[in-house]
Amino acid sequence: MNDKSSTGGLIGWIDDRFPLTKMWEEHLSKYYAPKNFNFWYFFGSLALLVLVMQIITGIFLTMHYKPDGEMAFESVEYIMRDVDWGWLIRYLHSTGSSAFFIVVYLHMFRGVMYGSYQKPRELIWLFGMFIYLALMAEAFMGYLLPWGQMSYWGAQVIISLFGAIPVVGDDLTLWIRGDFVISDATLNRFFALHVVAVPLVLLLLVVMHILALHEVGSNNPDGVEIKKHKDENGIPLDGIPFHPYYSVKDIVGVVGFLILFSVVVFFMPEMGGYFLEHANFIPANQFQTPEHIAPVWYFTPYYAILRAVPDKLIGVIFMFAAIFLLFLLPWIDRGKVHSIRYRSSAFKWLLVMFVVSFIGLGYLGALPLSDSRTILARVYSVGYFGFFLGLWWISKNEKTKPVPERVQ
Amino acid sequence: MKKVLIIVAGLLLPVLGWGAETATYPNDEIEIDWDDKASMQRGARTFVNYCMSCHAASYSRFNRVGQDLGIPDEQVLENLVFTTDINGDKTKVGELMKITMTPAYAERAFGVVPPDLSLIARSRGVNWLYNYLRGFYVDESRPLGVNNSVFDKVAMPHVLIEMQGYQKPKTVMKADGQGGEHEVIVGFELIKPGTQSKSEYDQTVHDLVAFLDYVAEPYKQTRKNVGTGVIIFLLLLFILTYFLKKEYWKDIH
Repeated sequence: MNDKSSTGGLIGWIDDRFPLTKMWEEHLSKYYAPKNFNFWYFFGSLALLVLVMQIITGIFLTMHYKPDGEMAFESVEYIMRDVDWGWLIRYLHSTGSSAFFIVVYLHMFRGVMYGSYQKPRELIWLFGMFIYLALMAEAFMGYLLPWGQMSYWGAQVIISLFGAIPVVGDDLTLWIRGDFVISDATLNRFFALHVVAVPLVLLLLVVMHILALHEVGSNNPDGVEIKKHKDENGIPLDGIPFHPYYSVKDIVGVVGFLILFSVVVFFMPEMGGYFLEHANFIPANQFQTPEHIAPVWYFTPYYAILRAVPDKLIGVIFMFAAIFLLFLLPWIDRGKVHSIRYRSSAFKWLLVMFVVSFIGLGYLGALPLSDSRTILARVYSVGYFGFFLGLWWISKNEKTKPVPERVQ
Repeated sequence: MKKVLIIVAGLLLPVLGWGAETATYPNDEIEIDWDDKASMQRGARTFVNYCMSCHAASYSRFNRVGQDLGIPDEQVLENLVFTTDINGDKTKVGELMKITMTPAYAERAFGVVPPDLSLIARSRGVNWLYNYLRGFYVDESRPLGVNNSVFDKVAMPHVLIEMQGYQKPKTVMKADGQGGEHEVIVGFELIKPGTQSKSEYDQTVHDLVAFLDYVAEPYKQTRKNVGTGVIIFLLLLFILTYFLKKEYWKDIH
């Protein structure tokens, strides 16, 4: 046996049988992260925090929730009223799902700003995108479980989108629902997927995301490679051990986040109907369509793109393309400079356009349709797709600023 | 940075400023005072006397209402519980506030099942309820003789009509923005007074809505109290963790 881990005692005993110290060092105490992380670098650890919180609150909800078309809605109210601290567990979970998307969107935006998806971090980005996809599936299926009107009709609308696929569409929707309409069968399978299948996939993807990150090392706001300049021990000159430096820093971020999160959980859990929609306080009724069906806010940008296209099938294609293009970002962006700090102003304006379009689409997707809104949704859709096209175009021969050798 | 933010805001401007749908009359807003337990108690009394023959509040329990609004169990049984269980015995104080009428019967009687009101304040909002309950007017063309200015062609009878009295609408013609005109209700005229004056009736409705707001989220007060404590704790923790971070980072340049 090697003697590098001969720390003795219990740890030594474990180390001889399991790479405990090795893993601790590799991922925390001797994982060298650039010393210049800024505000935007909080969101990775925050996403992990929210994931853990969702799993824990989810376990407790599962103890009382009944995945049954007759009892689901009632069991949620039972949790809210009769289970000790049930309202808290449920609000943590419902607010957590929105918080998850806020955190993940900001985390992704950070990646785009600082070119974190660029070579050699393409796989980190891809794993991250698969996490995002799994998260959307998880949120979509979770939203059916309270079995309110918006749960029901939102799911009805989204699943019916698969019906637009030629030839197999109708059979596919039938297969997904397990019935001709959303029903008890759908609720049961969504429950199984929401509490077992998708969380397992999510956890696996998160592990892969982090392993890939620790293999190549973190990017940073300057977008320069810290591994290029190492000291005599092979430690990057601009790197600092993740633990304790970033662990103590991330705790500040965690507490800051929890303050904002608590404001929502305790004082505005419905968030004006965006986190918990008003119509979802009415039990699902398959004979009564709500006046206005809107998905939860984190899906509305894509929903707005779907509605902006007159043809359903083409709309569905555009909607999925909007997500798929994000996967391709490492290859669409042909630039060599990572960080927005040293990229051209064309890049900056493209990014502004993208953000405006995304938020604009998100806002429109939550509103009922009207002619002027459809036109505006089309403008923003062009802005959304224009970002990818523009990025591909400008990044080939971009006029960039000189990039420093080391982090500033 | 500032410039960018201004431009972002400017580009998003077109989507902002789309107001709500045109408001119906009455369109008043109310503020529910959660410390005014007397108001909620009066609302609970109106609820069990006038609403609970048809509407349940079946996620709520009688004794929970009693505990939260400061009514002892005996008084709850005496003043709030008028239903019987399947054996014909008086409903127990710990039971859910269900009604005896079955949905199937209700559907045959009214054409629609009167909705459970446990969560109505969360799906409709307190302002809507306050206006709706004051928006009934005499309309002979309707099967029950009344219509509602907030909820046109509503299937519900005006159960509080004795108190409010009979009123008829004052209307004006308004352009609908598409070249046509239609009648809009802008006020009411009392044609037969009820047992309460207008301000008394407004208060009765206010109390009832306050109760509905309570019953929709009975733990609301607890939620806010706990939240205040949690946030104060987190703020202190924030200061602590901030200085911890600063201490560790002293040697990083």
